[in-house]
Amino acid sequence: MSKYKDSAHLIRLAGVFLFGAVVFVAVRAAVIPKSFGQYGPYRGDALREIMARPVAYAGHEVCEGCHPDVAETKAKGVHAHVNCEACHGPQAKHAEDPGTVKPVLPDVAKLCVRCHSENIAKPNGFPQVNVKEHADGQACNTCHQPHSPAFVAGGKK
Amino acid sequence: MTLNRRQILMLLPAAAVAWEYVLAGTPEEASNYKSSEHWWGMLLDITKCIGCGSCVRACQMENDVPDGYFRTWVERYHVSDWKIENPVVDSPNGGKDGFPQSELKGGKNFFVPKLCNHCVDSPCTQVCPVGATFHTADGVVLIDYNYCLGCRYCIQACPYGCRFFHPTRHTAEKCTLCYHRISKGLTTACCENCPTGARQLADLKNPKDPIHEYLKTHAVQVLKPHLATGAKMFYNGLDGSVR
Repeated sequence: MSKYKDSAHLIRLAGVFLFGAVVFVAVRAAVIPKSFGQYGPYRGDALREIMARPVAYAGHEVCEGCHPDVAETKAKGVHAHVNCEACHGPQAKHAEDPGTVKPVLPDVAKLCVRCHSENIAKPNGFPQVNVKEHADGQACNTCHQPHSPAFVAGGKK
Repeated sequence: MTLNRRQILMLLPAAAVAWEYVLAGTPEEASNYKSSEHWWGMLLDITKCIGCGSCVRACQMENDVPDGYFRTWVERYHVSDWKIENPVVDSPNGGKDGFPQSELKGGKNFFVPKLCNHCVDSPCTQVCPVGATFHTADGVVLIDYNYCLGCRYCIQACPYGCRFFHPTRHTAEKCTLCYHRISKGLTTACCENCPTGARQLADLKNPKDPIHEYLKTHAVQVLKPHLATGAKMFYNGLDGSVR
């Protein structure tokens, strides 16, 4: 039985491999973000960063919580499906702090025209007017209540 | 080199700390939103779109989209008679300020709202060389802005032209389907602000979502179905001329 004399070579080699493996694991742990692979092959924190963005539009349910009277008026009219912030703009800050953040009333002259000015590409049946002929310079809310815009003779109620 | 008992005892705690660092991971869960319970898409009803641009404005306000760039936009199509392969398309400022009355008379005219299709097999994700674009478990295509190099491959790869290069952040940018909103139970900013209900967020994994009944009873199409991208933006009343 011959004994392998140079076993020290193998031990040294094994040491080198072990050292390499430890360095690899350590570098890998240091370089790869901790949340990588949490949900899939991407950084879980990236998802949370995107989710952390503040909301600008509170949503109509929030508006209706404090303004049930308007919600009721609106629900009966043809603007029932138009959500509050479509006209009033983003109001999440107002919803959070109604005392100090006051919404600015939208400019009727621009607001109504956006949807209701005549355009050949608009679907049939959608109420459209030639603004100059229709209103003759008067503001829309002289005759129409925007929350429930049926024609109100002699001015808005 | 030989180690005596004292040196080994000194090294052991260091090794333990290093091992702890390697094993550390799995940060705490984000919220009670479970992405595996949702599969997001959207219904866009061309027969209801009036081209008012509310969605474009809402998107820009909600997501701080820089002026002149669009995560969503509205196109106006004019198809004269039988020439459906040569429609005249315009989108002044993305439709943000609405559309002036068309000068092209006659023919067929309609609006098409567009946004990221959040494709199941999205070309933009496949081409990203650094894996910065990814699919979430609820079917939304997002960008890791820290990973994005700004190489613009994805912008060229998207067949729908839904991506752009952010002028100040210098990364690719696109619709997130308002991920910060839908993960809180809200609808997207564009859907919230569409005055005619032409846009409706749809959760395809929710059996109670009206989308299922709608898809069964309407002739619905996705954009460029021949590319097999698995687009999840469903258009009702989509004309053959739409690209």
